[in-house]
Amino acid sequence: MNIKLLTPLRILISASEAVRHWWAQRLTAVALIPLSLWFVYSLTTMYSANYETVILWLNNTTNSLLMLFFILSLYYHAVLGLQVVIEDYVESDWQRKSLLLLIKIILSIAALGAVTAIFLIYMEF
Amino acid sequence: MAEFTLPKNSKVKPGKTISAANGATRKKKFQIYRWDPDSGRNPRLDTYEVNLDNFGPMVLDAIIYIKNDIDSTLTFRRSCREGICGSCSMNIGGTNTLACTKSISDFNSDITIYPLPHMPVVKDLVPDLTHFYNQYSSIKPWIQTNTSAPSNSERFQSKENREKLDGLYECILCACCSTSCPSYWWNSKRYLGPAILLQAYRWIVDSRDESTNKRLDQLEDSFSLYRCHTIMNCTNTCPKGLNPAKAIAKIKKLLVSRLT
Repeated sequence: MNIKLLTPLRILISASEAVRHWWAQRLTAVALIPLSLWFVYSLTTMYSANYETVILWLNNTTNSLLMLFFILSLYYHAVLGLQVVIEDYVESDWQRKSLLLLIKIILSIAALGAVTAIFLIYMEF
Repeated sequence: MAEFTLPKNSKVKPGKTISAANGATRKKKFQIYRWDPDSGRNPRLDTYEVNLDNFGPMVLDAIIYIKNDIDSTLTFRRSCREGICGSCSMNIGGTNTLACTKSISDFNSDITIYPLPHMPVVKDLVPDLTHFYNQYSSIKPWIQTNTSAPSNSERFQSKENREKLDGLYECILCACCSTSCPSYWWNSKRYLGPAILLQAYRWIVDSRDESTNKRLDQLEDSFSLYRCHTIMNCTNTCPKGLNPAKAIAKIKKLLVSRLT
């Protein structure tokens, strides 16, 4: 694999907190363009599908991998976005820090739930 | 939380109306923000109706006329009257600009004049820019070198490298951009704002400066630089036609590209 393709991820790891936030927000935004198009398209194709069909769809390796990327990018992007709002408007240091911690906990739990569901559905067959 | 409404004692009340346009054919009303720290009263909006034939074409000509001929208590800063000193920056018709380069004929109706937004007011149209200047000095706006200067000449710069300073060196630090930026309104304590960041970039790209990395390090935290959310008010309002938003974007790119 071309090592240059990994540069964005290397930047993500080596960057300081402030630069990582900016970089990650852009990376996830770019990733979310095709992923959300795919997600919405998939939803439309399964508009009137029953439970089993949807489970089978998600059991497909490609679909479950894409779903995993979609969920992770989405929640990461959401945390980064909410962080900006809180940092912009909450002035007091302790309020800002506790709110940031709170949204990170809540969204991590939500993301973990979604990832677990994807994993369980994939392992079931 | 950020403060979104004016405190009670800062609410602007209607003020007096003075008409000095008896029988004039070309009349104009100027509504001007007035606040006197010694009176203890709320700020007010005074209206002056004037004859446009009595003075020059710019907004600054009008307020100089008002001060000289109608109301000598009107207070404002001005110096060069040709857009190079940056003293007469104020909010005219809802936009931050220089009174000396803003033409009265650009406005069809009454012209409202306020001091630069979201700054402490000293009196009338004079804002307190102390913090703004302190932020400017914090970026060390002078050349920094480690190597010693050539013995028989100055530090030369190629034409291409000099061109990199175009669109940056013209900034006159009038503070129109920074005081138009919502991010600067809410977080001016820690966010440097567009004017200072444009200046920071001016030294970052200067080929003769040898502290580029130190300068970038200084901006690398969540507030100094990254409160810029590309709102673009700075670029829209700049009376010199500069693009602070672009300079900020270039700093952000440099912070990433120096990691590769």
